Amino acid sequence: MRSVDQFIKGLKVGIPIMLGYFPIAITFGVLASQAGLSLLELTGMSVMVYGGAAQIMATNMILLNAGVLEIVIATFVLNFRHFVMSFSFAHRLTKTNLKWRTLLTLFITDETFSVTTVEKEQANEENGHWFYFAIVLSAYISWVVGSFIGGFVGDIIPSAISQSFGIALYAMFIALLVPSVKANFRYGLIAVLAMILNYGFNQFIQEGWSIVLSTLVASGLGFLLFRRSES
Amino acid sequence: MTIWLMIILMSLVTVIPRILPAFIVDKLKFPTWVGQWLELIPYAALGALIFPGILNVIADQPHIGIIGGLAAILLSLFRFHIVLVVIGAIGVVYFLL
Repeated sequence: MRSVDQFIKGLKVGIPIMLGYFPIAITFGVLASQAGLSLLELTGMSVMVYGGAAQIMATNMILLNAGVLEIVIATFVLNFRHFVMSFSFAHRLTKTNLKWRTLLTLFITDETFSVTTVEKEQANEENGHWFYFAIVLSAYISWVVGSFIGGFVGDIIPSAISQSFGIALYAMFIALLVPSVKANFRYGLIAVLAMILNYGFNQFIQEGWSIVLSTLVASGLGFLLFRRSES
Repeated sequence: MTIWLMIILMSLVTVIPRILPAFIVDKLKFPTWVGQWLELIPYAALGALIFPGILNVIADQPHIGIIGGLAAILLSLFRFHIVLVVIGAIGVVYFLL
């Protein structure tokens, strides 16, 4: 398939992420401007950090007068889960060269990772990297533009609407998970195990580490369990 | 100025872990079982990302997040397109507020 066809196909797959990101990005823009960040600063943060949860957390911490070091460490902890996801993604991109692989993993977020996982067969297709590039680029643009608009006109949006947008990302995660579970119930067991573990770990450690740890433990246990039942 | 320093440092600690796997995944020769394990990571990650975070969609009202999530499960089971699942869940939460 030609690169341009792969790119257009990727744009279509990217639409749900764009729609999911946009309201969250606006919410971030509103929160950040209320926390005292200028339009340039908050848009710059979206351009350079590109991690919704970390950015919203950082604005909360600014309001709480936290120091730079504290915010940076919290960001590292919260975003470290992308290392695991990026690893899983890079492992699939065996036919893609290093330059493209680096570019694509640069844009790995919870949502782009999930969607690229569902669309994993493209990794083996000719020009498949253009397909993934379209997905991650559309999500990124939606995030940056949404943040800018949020910082610019966010105050006009009624709070009931911006609050209900908070469910958007979760609805998306669910929509990505359910079809896989229907196809193979084992995936559902692993997901539920991760939920229980994450709930437990959350009581003791920071949210970011908790997500990393429960992802690794649940997938590891699932692997051991199913390998035994198969042999 | 401190804000920009903070943003640059936040960017570094986010970007480096994100791109590092692209460089090391080739250098290491993995046994097959590592590949099989990595295949399962997305499902575990989705589970951990959904719960218990969904309880905090609306502060102090965890039931709203749960009902919104159940609506999303129902819509996905009926094979609605992902965009409609997202819009439907937003509508349910807006209705409950």
